[in-house]
Amino acid sequence: MFEVIDLKGPQLPAISFRLRAGELVCLSGPSGAGKTLLLRALADLDANSGRVVLDGVPRQQVAAPLWRRQVAYLPAESRWWAATVGEHFPDVQQSLLTELGFAPDVVNWQVERLSSGERQRLALARMLANRPQVLLLDEPTANLDPENIATVERLVTEYIRVQQAACLWVTHAPEQISRLADRALYLDAGRISERKAA
Amino acid sequence: MIQLSLLDLSIAALLVIALAFTSARIYPGLARQLLVAALRTAIQLTLIGLILKVLFANANLLWVALMALVMLAVAGREVMARQHRRFTGRWGYGIGAVSMFISSFAVALFALIVVIGNDPWYQPQYAIPLLGMLLGNTMNGISLALDRLTQSAWEMRETIEARLILGHRAEDAVSDIRRQVFRSGLIPIINAMAAAGIVSLPGMMTGQILAGAEPTEAVKYQILIMFLISAGAGFGTLAAVHLGVRRLFDERERLRLDRLQRQV
Repeated sequence: MFEVIDLKGPQLPAISFRLRAGELVCLSGPSGAGKTLLLRALADLDANSGRVVLDGVPRQQVAAPLWRRQVAYLPAESRWWAATVGEHFPDVQQSLLTELGFAPDVVNWQVERLSSGERQRLALARMLANRPQVLLLDEPTANLDPENIATVERLVTEYIRVQQAACLWVTHAPEQISRLADRALYLDAGRISERKAA
Repeated sequence: MIQLSLLDLSIAALLVIALAFTSARIYPGLARQLLVAALRTAIQLTLIGLILKVLFANANLLWVALMALVMLAVAGREVMARQHRRFTGRWGYGIGAVSMFISSFAVALFALIVVIGNDPWYQPQYAIPLLGMLLGNTMNGISLALDRLTQSAWEMRETIEARLILGHRAEDAVSDIRRQVFRSGLIPIINAMAAAGIVSLPGMMTGQILAGAEPTEAVKYQILIMFLISAGAGFGTLAAVHLGVRRLFDERERLRLDRLQRQV
């Protein structure tokens, strides 16, 4: 359902792969291999060429803002532009926030007083509120404690199962790959290759 | 009007020289800069005086237009030079110059034809000083705004992209920056209008009064100029910010900081 053919950028070698609906694929590789650049190119944040097709529709036929809502990228560090949490959610689904362990009044919380775990879980909620069909997660649990890691993993896998979304999850942790991945990809020296997941 | 002789100007120049001598020990570089700038003022203004004299004697639309274009070209260069992170290529010059052209020239034409109503409308005695004052102030507004725009886009790139990622339009992702930038472009003229006549006596009005004009008449011209300048600077800043924001993003609404030069 999500097909990438010869995706290339100024510092990104040509890459091809595909993700199936409901599939969670972990991506690893040495730092500097271009994992983040790949995710950014898929979300169409940097100039790039090649074919990216979602459910048979080529990317260039979809307006960029709509594409980024469907093919959602979660950077390693979240950014916030307004003072309170609620201002970042146009139409927040309370159930999503409850599942992430937040009280209903979280929308009134000050962003600057959030812990790193809260920030990451809220950034995830902010992204999932758009109901994306492809998730591009850049080390989403890198700075989290085990409890928060479990919460994020549970929420993402549950979302993928219910929505039949596809997910490309960048991680360096072998145990996380064996815990989550349906398949594992490895990116190094401009080549993407399949690895055994477990 | 009392005529000033070369001796009168030389006596005034002594003040600048005295300042240069006094500061030479503490700030040697600055003293030199001061003297060079003073010399430039004397030479540049003498030259423009001669040019204007010839121009006034031959009220020809072609010459007035040529003079206006030279002024615009220099102002465009000045806007570009004041950017810390200017746009690369011809855009670095083009955005400022085009914005100034649109606003200053349109406002100057409007004032000359509709408000002043001279015959011919391009009479250089009115057209050139008017355009000069408009360009000078518009240039300030535009260079402040463009500098702030590119600098803010650079500093807040991650926040801008955080909004793009969530499917916000490029316009919305920079809406806050845009507001602040427009404000920074307009603040100088708002301050000048607010303080006019109380804190400061504006230069043009003072000049007319020194030249023997009736103060109440001089004031009318000053009010006209203030209004024209605020319109010129305001519309010019709007145009520059609009063009700048468009250039910051491409057709896929990606933030293109590679279109900015490294900080200079």
